[in-house]
Amino acid sequence: MRSAPAIARTPALPFILGGGAFAGFLIILELVVSLGLMNPFVVPLPTDVIAALPRIVLQEHALARFMLTASEALTAGVLVCVAGIAIGALLYRFDLLRQATETWVAATASAPTVLLYPLFLVIFGRNTATIIAMGFVAGLAPVILKTLEGFRTTRGVLLNVGRSFNLTPWQQFWKILFPAALPTIFVGLRIGLIFTLLNIVGVEFLINFGGLGQLINEMADRFDVPGTYAAILFVVLISVLLFILIERLERWLRPKS
Amino acid sequence: MAKTEVMTMRAGKPARPLVRPVTLLRVALVVGLLAGWQALSVSGLLYRDVVPSLLAIGRALYDTLSNGHFYFHLYTTFYEIALAMLIGGISGLIVGLLLGASPLLSKSFEVYLYYLGPCPKIIFFPLMLLWFGVGPGSKTAMGAISCFFPIALNAAGGMREIDKIFISVGRSFRANTWQMVTKIYLPAMRYPIVNGIRLGLGVALIGTLLAETKLSNRGIGFLVIQAYDFFRMPEMYALLIILFVIAIGANALIGRLGGVESVKRA
Repeated sequence: MRSAPAIARTPALPFILGGGAFAGFLIILELVVSLGLMNPFVVPLPTDVIAALPRIVLQEHALARFMLTASEALTAGVLVCVAGIAIGALLYRFDLLRQATETWVAATASAPTVLLYPLFLVIFGRNTATIIAMGFVAGLAPVILKTLEGFRTTRGVLLNVGRSFNLTPWQQFWKILFPAALPTIFVGLRIGLIFTLLNIVGVEFLINFGGLGQLINEMADRFDVPGTYAAILFVVLISVLLFILIERLERWLRPKS
Repeated sequence: MAKTEVMTMRAGKPARPLVRPVTLLRVALVVGLLAGWQALSVSGLLYRDVVPSLLAIGRALYDTLSNGHFYFHLYTTFYEIALAMLIGGISGLIVGLLLGASPLLSKSFEVYLYYLGPCPKIIFFPLMLLWFGVGPGSKTAMGAISCFFPIALNAAGGMREIDKIFISVGRSFRANTWQMVTKIYLPAMRYPIVNGIRLGLGVALIGTLLAETKLSNRGIGFLVIQAYDFFRMPEMYALLIILFVIAIGANALIGRLGGVESVKRA
């Protein structure tokens, strides 16, 4: 999974092969559907799907929906950062608490928390609060675990430097521990924020409320088959762009060693 | 803290208290949580039944588990997930092996998997409904496409990281392709594959159950959303507890079987 940057820096042949195979697949699909070998109400013509994209953006206010989803993700993301790093620091500071709860946190990281969405619907109602809360819950555990890992793997020699300068605990934390743990914390943030985003779009779709997720739901409810495909394509494109952006951001922010 | 423990151990004195402080803290946290829950439920601060009493949840848990109807739904979900793991797992493994074996294929196609992998799969559910109908087929399909990605990516990555010496040994024994796959590649890739399957099972479970909550007439996801629709809160809590126990248990079991620590998720 770490090999994506390497893949991105390759000469043209793989790019042509990958893109060509995809284009070839679409052309064959176009032929098969237009020849009537496939039901166009199940698989629409690829050209129809592409033609539906502008409609999605202009008539269905895809950009406004994107902004709504983005604002939900941003709110949840900020909450995840603050709470995750704070709880991670807390568990580092109080080792007994860490010993008691670290496996629990790890268990929630691998638990299917998104399945709790009916519960959040009951507590918060069918509104943005539910969506933000679901995003928060999904992203929290990885940030806590990685923050903790970052603090715990800080090299002893760095801590000793701090001690030899007689730093106060507060200075020791902000001048030594936190900067040293930052690269690991970023890894946690990347994983956590991706989970947050995933869950936000998923829950929007499931509860039919909010931004991009609801767009897909609406198109499907209207039996607008090319529109549904186009909406899904739009959301996938947006997510892929965001993943690339987050990856770049992480590489840019990570201190050079 | 740790230092004192080491020192007492060195001294050879079993100076440990009867209950370890960690255990004590854990018990205290659980008891505190349950007490807080019960207090919240009795206080009436939230709408009635949003936080049902522990007794009500316990009773619902007992009622659910002793109801034969529940096992029909459990079986449906289990069947869907098992089939999804079989379809998504085998296709993921094959694709992963191909990508891992050929640098050209990997450079051409893996980038698509890499970026499609973390997309929210549930948004494909309308398409699965179109293709496979409203029955268990579309839920199985959701599970299968969910688990395909982590398994394929882990298999591909695992294959590239095989120690070259194993491959040389296989070659010097003149192993054919089938022997290379079964005797060299798969055993050497055991950890990444088990890890892929563990991640795959987690997302297959989520994909299948979310699809069931969205549109279905059977399965545990259907029961959960029905409990929600009729505002049977204790039952909903009971079902969610059962689900989480199953999910975390399955995850731990596969991790234990493959010798992979269950903390790693990235």
